[in-house]
Amino acid sequence: MGMTIAEKIIALAAGVPEAKAGDIHTVNLDRMMSNDGTTHLTVDMYHNRLKDPRIAEPKKMVFIVDHNVPSDSPKTAAAQKKMRDFAKEHGIDFWEGKGVCHQIMMEHYVCPGELIFGADSHTCTYGALGAFGTGVGCTDLLYGMVTGASWVLVPETIKFNLTGKLREGVYPRDLMLTIIGNISASGASYQVMEFCGDGAKTLTVDDRMVLCNLAVEAGAKTAIFEADEIALNWLKERGRKPKAVFKSDEDAVYVKEYTFDLSKIEPVAARPDFVDDVVPAKKVCGVRIDQAFLGSCNNGRIGDLRVGASIVKGRKISDHVRFLVVPASRQVYLQALKEGLIDIFMESGAIVMNPNCSVCWGSCQGVIGENEVLISTGTRNFKGRAGHPSSKVYLGSAATVAASAVKGEICTADMLQD
Amino acid sequence: MEKFTGKVWVLGDDIDTDIIIPTEYLALKTIEDMKQYGFSPLRPKLAGLIEKGDIIVAGKNFGCGSSREQAPEVIKALGIRCIIAKSFARIFFRNSINNGLLLMEQPDLFDHVREGEEITVMVNSHVSYNGRNYPLASLPENLVEIINAGGLVKAMRVRNGLAG
Repeated sequence: MGMTIAEKIIALAAGVPEAKAGDIHTVNLDRMMSNDGTTHLTVDMYHNRLKDPRIAEPKKMVFIVDHNVPSDSPKTAAAQKKMRDFAKEHGIDFWEGKGVCHQIMMEHYVCPGELIFGADSHTCTYGALGAFGTGVGCTDLLYGMVTGASWVLVPETIKFNLTGKLREGVYPRDLMLTIIGNISASGASYQVMEFCGDGAKTLTVDDRMVLCNLAVEAGAKTAIFEADEIALNWLKERGRKPKAVFKSDEDAVYVKEYTFDLSKIEPVAARPDFVDDVVPAKKVCGVRIDQAFLGSCNNGRIGDLRVGASIVKGRKISDHVRFLVVPASRQVYLQALKEGLIDIFMESGAIVMNPNCSVCWGSCQGVIGENEVLISTGTRNFKGRAGHPSSKVYLGSAATVAASAVKGEICTADMLQD
Repeated sequence: MEKFTGKVWVLGDDIDTDIIIPTEYLALKTIEDMKQYGFSPLRPKLAGLIEKGDIIVAGKNFGCGSSREQAPEVIKALGIRCIIAKSFARIFFRNSINNGLLLMEQPDLFDHVREGEEITVMVNSHVSYNGRNYPLASLPENLVEIINAGGLVKAMRVRNGLAG
């Protein structure tokens, strides 16, 4: 019987000829990533609950400080010191202040065909390069770190056949929010979202990251694209080689199939407090905002900053709005500097911050207060996600966020008057 | 077969990890410090009302969102005996098992059960409520092994001789 890309990656990692949905396999993990959200807990368990602990292969581990950076209190400083000291002691790659963890992983580590655990739910981002990345808790991470292995239940795969091309002014973020709105926040529970079709060929690796990254908001274990020429060229430019390049077999088994015509996608917004409460962006126009956020592992890449800058260029951010611009990594930041984008943001009145998770996870910088409204390119709009439980988060594209920051209320880019 | 009775707290669909334990409290030193804030964005008083042995019944996609393991830890620390939901988000499911928190899927109970009433759970068999039995699927053996050991780290003691 044929296998999907996800099944082939798991079979390879398990050292078996075939893996099919429903099987449980012990797999060797290619990499493990942990950030400052929970690494201190993993380190505590490592020291306090294991006898003679050891790390199976330190070179498989990557620690990244991105959630509270720079630290905002003695507590977070202590947690980060614990992580920093542990990484140094054990020869673990350590990154601090250089970017959001998934952006760092994509820029420097992820290779097609790899099976990667990350102690962060958005680890599914790595499917943009044909890798199987999935989020786990700190106990699973500890087990993987100590044994080099873990167990996985082989997930079913849903096929998303993409056709056509996104129109001008419509972005991969609009597409993915539309898909989540369509299938619901549990529409891909425990499953793999495989994106394919001619429409997939119109998407860059950065675009694919947007789709894969939000897959967990539909409940998916991961999302994946075939590592095609676009992905392999992207990888080559960064001096890396694939572990394995897989295609799904013609007779692979899919639990469900959907088709989305990219040319029919419109700008959308997810309303508070659910990522799947997705409506045409026009429907929420006029909602007064207090803050706008352009950044995150979903939408803080150079393309997103270009879109945002093109909208605020020559304009001023509304008097009553704080507009936070947070490049997803130092590479992105430097590129934005070279292109003059940072100048444009600063001149418009935006607050440009260092690469970090920022208000997307409701800690450190940019947290919003009672009854405040945020429009965001972040990953989630759960109740209280960005701060006070009574505050509200709308999710939209970089274009919608930047336009709203200028107008002081939610609006789409085409509605901005000069 | 394990059997227990407990008072029910009913929560809805898509109860996310940020409701279970909001980000701002994750910096607190211990789970004991955090647990008073459990479910606070949705029901600020709930954590103070939950008693040891109580049961949560919820709708679909319980635990969606973040991979924060503090979520199942807080629920366990509050004394919740088990969660019965229409479905669970996968990272939360794995984290719960790894921390020895019992989860069971049941499609119909949520639509009938009333908060404050008692239900009786026969693990791997059924839930009894108001004169009706609601069937429960058996948990896979590898998961039972982890739960019974009290979580994955303790299970490692058995398997790998690592835990002290």
